[in-house]
Amino acid sequence: MFAEVTVRSMFSRPCYLPLHVMCVFEVYISLSCAFCRHGKRVEKLKMLFGLAVNEAKLTSQRTRLKNQNGFHLCRLSREVYTFVSPSRMSGSLLNMFSKGTKRKFSDGGEEISEEGLVGARVASSYSLQRQSLLDMSLIKLQLCHMLVEPNLCRSVLIANTVRQIQEEMTHDGSWHMVTEAFCNAGQSPSERLVATEVLCRSREQDAEPKVFSVISYEGCREEEVVADETLCSVSVRDTVSNVYLAGRMGQCWEKNELSGIERDEEVLEDSRLGSGEDEEINTEDEASTEGPKTIGQVFGTFEIKNGSPGPDSALEELFSDVDTSYYDLDTMLTGMQSAPKMGPYDLLDSLGPSHGSPSIVSTPNCRSDLNELDHIMEIIVGS
Amino acid sequence: MAGAGGGGNDVQWCFSQVKGAIDDDVAEADIISTVEFNHSGELLATGDKGGRVVIFQQETENKSQPQCRSEYNVYSTFQSHEPEFDYLKSLEIEEKINKIRWLPQKNAAQFLLSTNDKTIKLWKISERDKRPEGYNLKEEDGRYRDAATITALRVPVFRPMDLMVEASPRRVFANAHTYHINSISVNSDNETYLSADDLRINLWHLEITDRSFNIVDIKPANMEELTEVITAAEFHPHQCNTFVYSSSKGTIRLCDMRASALCDKHSKLFEEPEDPSNRSFFSEIISSISDVKFSHNGRYMMTRDYLSVKIWDLNMESRPVETYQVHEYLRSKLCSLYENDCIFDKFECCWNGNDSVVMTGSYNNFFRMLDRSQRRDVTLEASRESCKPRQVLKPRRVCAGGKRKKDEISVDSLDFNKKILHTAWHPQENIIAVATTNNLYIFQEKVN
Repeated sequence: MFAEVTVRSMFSRPCYLPLHVMCVFEVYISLSCAFCRHGKRVEKLKMLFGLAVNEAKLTSQRTRLKNQNGFHLCRLSREVYTFVSPSRMSGSLLNMFSKGTKRKFSDGGEEISEEGLVGARVASSYSLQRQSLLDMSLIKLQLCHMLVEPNLCRSVLIANTVRQIQEEMTHDGSWHMVTEAFCNAGQSPSERLVATEVLCRSREQDAEPKVFSVISYEGCREEEVVADETLCSVSVRDTVSNVYLAGRMGQCWEKNELSGIERDEEVLEDSRLGSGEDEEINTEDEASTEGPKTIGQVFGTFEIKNGSPGPDSALEELFSDVDTSYYDLDTMLTGMQSAPKMGPYDLLDSLGPSHGSPSIVSTPNCRSDLNELDHIMEIIVGS
Repeated sequence: MAGAGGGGNDVQWCFSQVKGAIDDDVAEADIISTVEFNHSGELLATGDKGGRVVIFQQETENKSQPQCRSEYNVYSTFQSHEPEFDYLKSLEIEEKINKIRWLPQKNAAQFLLSTNDKTIKLWKISERDKRPEGYNLKEEDGRYRDAATITALRVPVFRPMDLMVEASPRRVFANAHTYHINSISVNSDNETYLSADDLRINLWHLEITDRSFNIVDIKPANMEELTEVITAAEFHPHQCNTFVYSSSKGTIRLCDMRASALCDKHSKLFEEPEDPSNRSFFSEIISSISDVKFSHNGRYMMTRDYLSVKIWDLNMESRPVETYQVHEYLRSKLCSLYENDCIFDKFECCWNGNDSVVMTGSYNNFFRMLDRSQRRDVTLEASRESCKPRQVLKPRRVCAGGKRKKDEISVDSLDFNKKILHTAWHPQENIIAVATTNNLYIFQEKVN
């Protein structure tokens, strides 16, 4: 099921290694390993990646997978993983960004749809670069480490970078192009953000609480209590989800089991920012942040806003269109059309009344590979 | 001991000491997070991620043997901050010491301020080398004597004892910051100090712990509009009404507290126009200022952003008077550095005693000495390989691309996990303290 491609062979053939794949993968390793106690993580990894137990070693904090030689585990495509040395990773990034040549896709073992190929060829290197940067930035905003408040300066800088890219893309018109491309495809909320879905799935045997993460700007948390008006102050669409989520939250609280589970992220809009936290529920967060989260809201989560209207409209506009499965490059590669491309209104569909149904909201940016890792998550959580 | 004169390049630096564990496995709690000399240079304080403060004291010079460099030995170690838990927000408050600042010495005891993300503490470090003996009512071990057995009175006397250094917290300044404290700075009036977090700066009186004045607040009414945070702040070394604070957008604002109670309006704004040829998505991130330091004479200030060090004349706001590239070879690697988060590293910088040389850290355990008077710079390395006593440090070179010459290191082989973020320069002598991840290196000027 899993193949390990040597570093040399990975770079000897032209192949697409999207930047965000690496980032996303890191996210998922973090999330997947958060389900188990540290001692069991290596076991899980062995099962997940077919590695001998002593070959995979977790480092602290980000849970980057490294083998004995210090290589990072990277995912080339759906079922192909490889180890890349950190310096090589940098090298590969540089190659991506400096060459400016069109990407070719290797046929070896990967299913590439005609559609995907055409799309890829059309995309310019600069756009790819920009897109990757955007993906990476959004992922960074979502990744939140443990129990400590994230660095506000870092978050602000990343958010500013994202804004900058969004603005440029809006001016370019590439935003619309991307949105349209995927809106037409038959999107079903069949696949979700892996981690979210898994976390939200109710299980008979294991009552894992459905935790909804919070905006990563914990740094912005104020002492003020956030009133419920906050939730009501957002748009209609959000209200629905808010209600849903609020209900969920109650469920979470009752369960109150969080050990070893990282917070998941709720995304209603594209730019969702969430925090992953081990073993903690941030009650205040949950109460206040189930709403569409624009970049702006990331900062202002708890500030509010009794009564004041929600997000900055310009920002929201910018981000509302970002909700695309464009990032689903891997889907393109493998020709999967049922990938979790959730359009903006799929949200309502997915936010069913029952708590049992998987809730949604994939992070658009992460979606590309997350859906692919769905089965992996099942393995891990299911075991 | 040589004075602080002389350019950085006339000076040959040689290894003096290294503190800290030798193994490569670094315990997270041992990571050094701040380094600071006191005003006389006799004491050197370091703070680490585990909330501890270690103070080193310079041995009294042995005048009969001038070749013998005085060494710094451990003087006191204490736990300054403990990890806390904010129950309201369900978050841990790290005990990592963000900054240490010494107070000028007024009596026999030493005082320093140390801060973590939320709380500032004033510590008194005092020596005790005498002990009273001969109490009438107590035995030597402290037990009370039976009054009936006392037949004569005596006067207790002080007898010498082994030197004991005590550190006791004298003030705790808490609950004034919602965001993470990044700087503290003692005012030249020796009565007040400021503490700056991401969005606010507070003014404290050293004696009063339950109140502080908010003097700068850049928090927008709508947090969604937040695009800029405060990254560092410092009081002017001589003018007690003046302070500066730097931002993540590369601007420095100088404020005068006499102008108004709330110094949101700056008196001066120092900003260099952006170079359009170097514009990229990372321009803003690399322009974010990580440290700002006034020169000792108070006429200049130095700012450190990701790739450069800039010296500003306080009288000229339009552009810096000097700009030095620290590691320009990283400009083409910004994307990778963004990916691994290194682009957010906050490097500090420092002046030498007479403001002629500035120093800052880089990656691969390199640090840079930038000589202002001679416009020369040198890159040195703090490594275990050059740890022989009085071994002269060899200048290092980094090859940006193309053919790598002998002794040069290529950019791709730099270790980005080995970074020197914290450095300090003795206020009078050419002695520098350089902190790698968990080791403290002390280098001194080579004396012939």
